[in-house]
Amino acid sequence: MLTPTPILSLRNIRHSYGRRIVLRLDQLDVCQGELLALVGPSGAGKSTLLRLLNYLEAPTQGQVMYHDQVYTPNTLPLAIRRRITTVFQQPYLLNTSVYHNVTYGLRLRGNRNGQAIVEEVLRTVGLANLRNAPAHTLSGGESQRVSLARGLVLNPEILLLDEPTANLDPANVRLLENIIMQANRQRHTTIVLVTHNIWQARRLAQRVAFLFDGELLEVTPTEQFFESPRHPKSAAFIRGELVY
Amino acid sequence: MDILIRGFLHALDLIVHLDPALREVVILSLQVSGAALFISIVLGIPTGVWLGLHTFRGRQILVALLYTGMGLPPVVVGLAIYLLFSHQGPLGNLDWLFTPKAMISAEIILSFPLVAGFTMTAIASVSVEAPQQLRSLGATSTQIVLTLLYEARNGVLAAIVAGFGAIISEVGAVMLVGGNIEHHTRVLTTAIVLETRKGNFDLAIALGLILVGFTFTANWFLLRLQGRLDPRP
Ligand SMILES: Nc1ncnc2c1ncn2[C@@H]1O[C@H](COP(=O)(O)OP(=O)(O)OP(=O)(O)O)[C@@H](O)[C@H]1O
Ligand SMILES: [Mg+2]
Repeated sequence: MLTPTPILSLRNIRHSYGRRIVLRLDQLDVCQGELLALVGPSGAGKSTLLRLLNYLEAPTQGQVMYHDQVYTPNTLPLAIRRRITTVFQQPYLLNTSVYHNVTYGLRLRGNRNGQAIVEEVLRTVGLANLRNAPAHTLSGGESQRVSLARGLVLNPEILLLDEPTANLDPANVRLLENIIMQANRQRHTTIVLVTHNIWQARRLAQRVAFLFDGELLEVTPTEQFFESPRHPKSAAFIRGELVY
Repeated sequence: MDILIRGFLHALDLIVHLDPALREVVILSLQVSGAALFISIVLGIPTGVWLGLHTFRGRQILVALLYTGMGLPPVVVGLAIYLLFSHQGPLGNLDWLFTPKAMISAEIILSFPLVAGFTMTAIASVSVEAPQQLRSLGATSTQIVLTLLYEARNGVLAAIVAGFGAIISEVGAVMLVGGNIEHHTRVLTTAIVLETRKGNFDLAIALGLILVGFTFTANWFLLRLQGRLDPRP
C-alpha cells in the first residue's frame, strides 16, 4: 500500500472563543482520498474543527496546512480555496429556487456548462421534482439534501460534511450514505464526515477520529476503533454511555 | 366644489398638453431628486452594508447618528446648508446658495441616512451564518456582499424608495436653499406652495397630481421588482 499523503493538516492548534479554549489539538492529518469520520459528544468542537479545515476561521494558535503548505484564510489562494467546501449542520439556503441554490457555486466560478452534473446530482439526491420550489418552503431533510447537492456539483477535492443526515428518515439516510460513499470511492473525493451516528461512521469511514472536549483522544482505523478502541472514553462513547 | 372640479379638469389639460412652465418644473425636480438619490445610493448602500456586517468600536454611536439623520427636520437641514453656503459661511466661496447644487446637497443629507439605515437593517437581518457558508461555496468578498444584497433585496429596494420619497416631496429645505427662483430652482413642491398662494389652483393641482404620480410610480415599480425577484412555487 502507498504511504498516505496528507492533504490537510493541523499542527499545534489552540482555538479559543473569548477566554474559553474549545480546541486543543497537536496534530491531525487528513489524507488524500480517505473518508475520515469525526465523532464525539455535542460541544466537543467538531464543527469548529471543520471551520478551521475549510479556512473559514484562523486558529488562535497553530497552523493549518494544505499539501504541507501553511496558509491562513487571508493568504489561501482563491483557486485552492475553491477546492474545499463544507455541507453545514444548519445550511443557509438562498431565498431563491432549489435549482438556483444548487447552481450557486458554479455561477460564482463563472461556470455555465455544469448543466449535466447539476441534473445528475439533483436526480441522485432525489430533488429533481422540487427544482423550481422556493428554498424556504423545503422541509429540514430537503434543505439538507439541497445543501449536499450544492457542494457535490462543485466536485470538490475535499468535502467537509457536518451531520449531513441528521434530519433524514432511514431510507434517505441510506440514499445519502450511498452518495457520500460514491463520491469517496469513485470520484476519490477526500471527505471528513462529522456524525453523531457511530454506525454511520463504521459503515462509511476508513478512519475514525474521536474528539472529546476539544481534544483529539484518538485517530484509528475504523475496524480497530470499534473493536478495540485505545481510549477508555472512546469505548464508553461507543457503548452509548454519556461521557463527560 | 365647482372651483375644484374646474381646477382638476384644467390641471389634466395642462398635463396632457405638456405645458412648458409645468414641464420645466417637472424636469428640474427629477434632475435634483435624481442626482441626490443617485449620490445617496452610491454612498448609502456601501455604508449600510458595512454597518450591517461589522462590529467595531464606535459602531453604536454611528448607528445612533444615522437614526437621528433618518428623522431630521428638513427645515433644520435647510438652515444648516444655508449657513454653510451663505456668503460668510465656510463654503460661501463656492457660490452654491440658490442653485440646484445647494438643493441637491440638502436632499442628500435627508436621503442618505434613510438609504444607509434601511440597508443596514436589511443586511443585518440576513442570517449571520450566511457569509461564512457563501465563502465556503467559493464566493469572494465582493461576491458575498452582492449575494447578501440580493438576499436582502426587498429591504434594499425599500431603502431606495424611502430615500426617493423623502426628497421628491420635500419642500422646506429646497425652499430655503434654492429660493424657488423661476427657471432656475423652482421644483414641484415649491411651485405648489407659490401657485396656491397666488390662487392658481389648476396649476397647483396639476403639480400635485404629478408629484403624487411620481411617488405612486416609484412604489409600483418597487412592488413589481420585488415580485419579479422573489421565487415562485
Ligand atoms: N462562534 C462561537 N463563539 C463562541 N463559542 C463558540 C462559537 N462556536 C462554537 N463555540 C463553542 O465551542 C464549543 C464547540 O462547538 P462546536 O459547534 O464545534 O461543537 P460540536 O462538536 O460541533 O457540537 P454539536 O455536535 O452539538 O454540533 C461549544 O461549546 C460552543 O459553544
Ligand atoms: Mg456541530
